[in-house]
Amino acid sequence: MAGVAVSTTINGDAVEYLCQPDETLLEVLRDRLGLTGAKEGCGTGDCGACSVIVDGRLVCSCLVLGAEAEGRKVETIEGMAHGDQLHPLQQKFLEHAALQCGVCTPGFLIAAKDLLEKNPSPTEEEIRFGLAGNLCRCTGYDKIVRAVQDAANVMKGA
Amino acid sequence: MRYIRPLSIEDAVGELAKAVGPAAILAGGSDLLVRMKGGFIEPELIVDIKRIDGLGDITETAEGFRIGAAVPCAVLGENKAVRKAWPGVVEAANLIGSKQVQGRCTITGNLCNASPAADSVPALVAAGAKAVVAGPSGKRTIAVETVPTGPGRTSLAKGEIIEAILLDKRPEHAGDAYLRFIPRTEMDIAVVSAGVNLTLDEHGAIKTARVALGAAAPTVLLVEEAGQVLVGSKLDEATLERLAKICSGACRPIDDKRGTIEFRRKVAGVLARRVAAIAYKRAGGK
Repeated sequence: MAGVAVSTTINGDAVEYLCQPDETLLEVLRDRLGLTGAKEGCGTGDCGACSVIVDGRLVCSCLVLGAEAEGRKVETIEGMAHGDQLHPLQQKFLEHAALQCGVCTPGFLIAAKDLLEKNPSPTEEEIRFGLAGNLCRCTGYDKIVRAVQDAANVMKGA
Repeated sequence: MRYIRPLSIEDAVGELAKAVGPAAILAGGSDLLVRMKGGFIEPELIVDIKRIDGLGDITETAEGFRIGAAVPCAVLGENKAVRKAWPGVVEAANLIGSKQVQGRCTITGNLCNASPAADSVPALVAAGAKAVVAGPSGKRTIAVETVPTGPGRTSLAKGEIIEAILLDKRPEHAGDAYLRFIPRTEMDIAVVSAGVNLTLDEHGAIKTARVALGAAAPTVLLVEEAGQVLVGSKLDEATLERLAKICSGACRPIDDKRGTIEFRRKVAGVLARRVAAIAYKRAGGK
């Protein structure tokens, strides 16, 4: 298989890579670029652990080919904090203990960021529906929902 | 395997037509990549159609709407004009998968994946939607219900691509709706589903009606007799009862882990009634 040369932007930085035509964006991020924040849970778009934002759209990076990122803007969990300054969602996930093993957490944070950018004051139901594409197998969802609610309040006040 | 990203529909058609070995069209990829990973399909050529001019656009024309084949369902759901004219089509399209899947999946892909349980397809069939097919011998416009021919199979020939779905402009007093039965509230595959599209006359009597059922047969079913029974009525109880009976009778479902034949038949009738009532209300009927 011939490699595909891709020029893209990841977390604001211009990035170039070569990938196989059947390689997913998730595999490129993790195995070629060392961005291991996005996780592979199911690999079939059901669990949301690999969530990233491409051109402003929340997607599962396991269902995107690396080659498709050409000319796009990709946002991953690695770009969420500003240096040592955590994003309010990250801070609130810590404060509310909204994680245990942490495998689903990057995906939840990216999905919650996308949710709050589109809807800064979601109801509990809207949060639960908005995060229905992210599965957690240990913490349960209540703490996550409360962390997102709290972060929404902080972000509105900011 | 080769991945290409043609900039014109002619180039895409040309590449698909001359492809040796299995070829796949990539729009959102939410079915294709899962099937590739599962080993159900090993394409030698992937044609990404997202950079083709116009395929990512929703345009309003004198005849209605043209929804490009690469328009993600999330974008469709954000389009106020389509949502107002065809709420049933949009609600069906927005039921597919999670937010993450919505950001990628398309109604054209949902149609071409040819699952009998595809959510947007009964709504599109009820809506009388058309598909614009580009192929080696030019373009043709066909009714969406003629696209799927069985689970995973379509009537499209080698080299053909659906470039857009067309929805008619709405007259006054028109409404459509879609409902599915799933054992949970979100993120599931329809056990059985129904789409209804109605237009009313100035007195509130049904003038035209189309009823479609999903997950009730090897393909989504257009139940013409069910549409006919609604015409002339104001959805009185006797008409709804006949509608339910016709829909239950039209099913050719299977038994599987998600539902039995008996259950699917029963629920097809129940859903048809409920969906007809929603469509009627949306059309302004009382």
